[in-house]
Amino acid sequence: MILFLAYSAVLLSFASGGVAIAHLYKPEVNKQLVFWLLGASGLMAIFAGLGELIYPEIRLDTLSLGLPWIPWHVHFDSLSAFFFLIIGIAVFAVSLYAPHYTHHEQKNAENFAVLSLFTGLFVAGMMLVLLADDAFMFMIAWELMSVASYFLVAFQHENAANRRAAFLYLLMAEVGALLIILAFGVVASFSDGFTFDALRASTIPTTWMSIAFVLALMGFGMKAGLVPIHVWLPEAHPVAPSHISALMSGVMLKVALYGLIRFCFDLLPEVHWQWGVVLLIVGTVSALSGILYAMMQQNLKRLLAYSSVENIGIIVMVLGLSMIFLANDHEELATLALLAALFHAFNHALFKNLLFLGAGMIHHQTHELNIDMLGGLIKRMPKTSVIFLIGCMSISSLPLFNGFVSEWLAFQTALQVDVLDNGVLRSLIPVSAAALALTAALAAACFVKVFGLIFLGVPRSRHAEKAKEIEDKGMLAAPAILAFLCFFFGIFPSSILHLIDNVAKQLLGSNLPTEATLSLFSLVPVAPHEASYAAPLILIGALIAAGSVFWLLTRNSETTMRIAPTWDCGFGGLTPRMQYTSSAFTMPLRRIFAPAFLIDEKVEKTMRENTLQNVADVRYTLHIQDHCWVRVYQPIERGVNVVTKQVGRIQTGNIRTYLGYSLATLILLLWVVSL
Amino acid sequence: MNWLIAILQTALFVALAPLLAGFMKFCKCRLQNRRAPSLLQPYRDLLKLTCKQPVISEDASWLFCVAPYIIFTAMVLAASVVPFIAVDLPTSAEADVIVLVGFFAFARFFLALAGLDIGTAFGGMGSSREMTISSLAEPAMLMAVFTLTMTASTTNLSGAMEYILSEGVVLRPSFVFALFALLLVAVAETGRIPIDNPTTHLELTMIHEAMILEYSGRHLALIEWASQLKFMLYGVLISNIFFPWGIAESFGLSALGYGLLVISGKLILLCIFLAFTETAVAKMRLFRVQEYLGFAYLLGLLGMLSHIILESTR
Repeated sequence: MILFLAYSAVLLSFASGGVAIAHLYKPEVNKQLVFWLLGASGLMAIFAGLGELIYPEIRLDTLSLGLPWIPWHVHFDSLSAFFFLIIGIAVFAVSLYAPHYTHHEQKNAENFAVLSLFTGLFVAGMMLVLLADDAFMFMIAWELMSVASYFLVAFQHENAANRRAAFLYLLMAEVGALLIILAFGVVASFSDGFTFDALRASTIPTTWMSIAFVLALMGFGMKAGLVPIHVWLPEAHPVAPSHISALMSGVMLKVALYGLIRFCFDLLPEVHWQWGVVLLIVGTVSALSGILYAMMQQNLKRLLAYSSVENIGIIVMVLGLSMIFLANDHEELATLALLAALFHAFNHALFKNLLFLGAGMIHHQTHELNIDMLGGLIKRMPKTSVIFLIGCMSISSLPLFNGFVSEWLAFQTALQVDVLDNGVLRSLIPVSAAALALTAALAAACFVKVFGLIFLGVPRSRHAEKAKEIEDKGMLAAPAILAFLCFFFGIFPSSILHLIDNVAKQLLGSNLPTEATLSLFSLVPVAPHEASYAAPLILIGALIAAGSVFWLLTRNSETTMRIAPTWDCGFGGLTPRMQYTSSAFTMPLRRIFAPAFLIDEKVEKTMRENTLQNVADVRYTLHIQDHCWVRVYQPIERGVNVVTKQVGRIQTGNIRTYLGYSLATLILLLWVVSL
Repeated sequence: MNWLIAILQTALFVALAPLLAGFMKFCKCRLQNRRAPSLLQPYRDLLKLTCKQPVISEDASWLFCVAPYIIFTAMVLAASVVPFIAVDLPTSAEADVIVLVGFFAFARFFLALAGLDIGTAFGGMGSSREMTISSLAEPAMLMAVFTLTMTASTTNLSGAMEYILSEGVVLRPSFVFALFALLLVAVAETGRIPIDNPTTHLELTMIHEAMILEYSGRHLALIEWASQLKFMLYGVLISNIFFPWGIAESFGLSALGYGLLVISGKLILLCIFLAFTETAVAKMRLFRVQEYLGFAYLLGLLGMLSHIILESTR
């Protein structure tokens, strides 16, 4: 039954793409059906995921698709179901949001068909990745997901920059896929087959196991956006339509994490603490550099993309902790760490989806994504602003919201480090926990900037001044549902943590620490005397305190508020240009963390009539570049260019030379055969 | 019954915060050969502000009016979590020290947003600087706190204090480092000299004051009270974590009274110490702050390492 729901989710999203094509050739087919089917697919995925998580059981099936002698093996266990749930929620939200958001594209039947077809294929591809139980099916689904999303990134291909971003994405996706194939290949060469069961049963030497781990980390890391292989993310996310960026950032990155978890925790027969250290370091570096770069961005969607790098970094870091504990035979703490990692993945899917949809709403109403050109939207788009504020608060991990709970669990896990014997680990983990604290604090600063400059203050451009609230109910409902979930899981985290606990049980075969409880009102990760967090009580306390203060202070009717113009120090003429801008807001941090960026800052002054003091015109340019791009990618690019030029020399364009090559090859082959 | 004591303790905490601010001012004035205002002056100021009509800029949004209530509430919640007179109260189980840091972050988030709401240069400047300083202070604070929580193997403040009480007087090098780290962070986070000057209105040096420049009336009163609460929170946190002796471990009337007496003594000593440093040290340039907080972080790290290397039982 549950497997049937999962299949129908996949089929419905295929059907959604199919309807779009049908609409292209037969305009009488209702194009809204595309979104209905996509929404139904999302709902089915939610039901399938919840069903499996509530009644955990490994469901297996074989489909006679693909090559005749290699059927597709399908499985649906709690881990798959958990990620199915994430996909389901995101796809459902997108299906509510997209009908109005894409109404421009809907005027052009061809554009609409392309967009909808590849959205359907993309969603189906992601779901199939989760269902795959053998390496073949996994890779086919993986490629379906990658290639379909390439067409979505390249959707607005009229712009040369978008084509470049899409190509970069495709390149990285394919290199990543190659690495994953190699990783599967390494394990498969020590086992008899490509099914996951066979891979699990393999007897593989430690060295080869580590090689497979590194290959998988690089392959899945490329898709997930780990530093330094994250550069496609900030290029590709801003150019895709917003609901697609929401799916890519909120969900596709999670599918990559699913791959990593499946490969490391499930398929490889054992884990080593050294791998955990690698994950911990890579995750910490990703988290820190992700948020530092995010802070410096002016384009909202680029900023959100970098913030995804940060969050993926946090998740990978906690996965590393889990691995370290698992390798040191502290299964219950490994379970806790896995719980924190998966919960953060879930939360990130919720709030990042919400923020990308919000960015789409802002862009839809103002045609502007540059933070420095917005401002004052809180009065013009009040509903959007509340929804977006909840997203900002969740991602800044403030208490009462979901982002806080997962980071709190991560801290609690990191503080259990005293049980380890290895002194290096015991000092490394707290340091990375402090780095996590820095990341969280910087994230709060970053999202104060985002919300403050976009929604507060005075409009900085005409577009922002003329912005109006979104009227379409679906477009508002989608992020509103996500915002509600962010708040709900912030207050009652145990409702989902119970389900995630089933995942951890099935994957690691162990339970949480014996004294841990996940009751509705209080969260105890290790033991009651060690730490507890009771969000509902805090909420009640906050409501009582705020309510009584409000009642006490507003009783006096003589003190009603008076509205007056802003005090301008007597000079007159406050203009919107006097407000802080994005680069001004982040200037102190830019200066403090200067070595982390490649900063190109220029101030050009022109003087009036050759005087030294009388400035006529000042031009300020600031350009901030990613270190990785210059230090890692440009050398590789140059290297590839040099090598291809050398290889190109054998192409003389002369038929005699090519005949000579053929002869030489023939002789060589004959010699090889004769050996 | 326990809940009642917890609520009363929180109310007492909130009520005493302006007094502590008044006493701090008193110490500073005496050290600088000035006549001090009455200890009750902060209460009079707050009362005066609540009776005044607040003036709101026409560019302000609802967030500007809501923020003071949120900031104040976050500080009250923080006050309910920190053991003040007695340990082992039920409120301390609802949140631990990481949540406490979260409450501070919550208040700061809205304070910074309120600074940006009017759209003046001052507000933006204050918000930008506040977020910068706090994002450097937060890891330093957590590093120091982690040292304690790892020693006591609990992040519950009440639990940590009980552990230290049960161990008796032991000189731990890690605690010395953590104490100094936390002191440095507390000075930075409560906006005192040498990081920020609460009495300044000079645009080059303002941080906290720049953000709240547009506030008036009851809103200003709430924000002022919240920052007094924050000052007291750090004071109580430092004195009770590192020197918990004297805090009430049972809920008898005499124990509670003794606890109140002892914590008052600790806070008075801490205030005198702070007043001395504030009088002796000049305000720091904004771009020296990262060195200051980097030093605090380093102290926290040293504390952590000395705990792991010297003190851990393994």
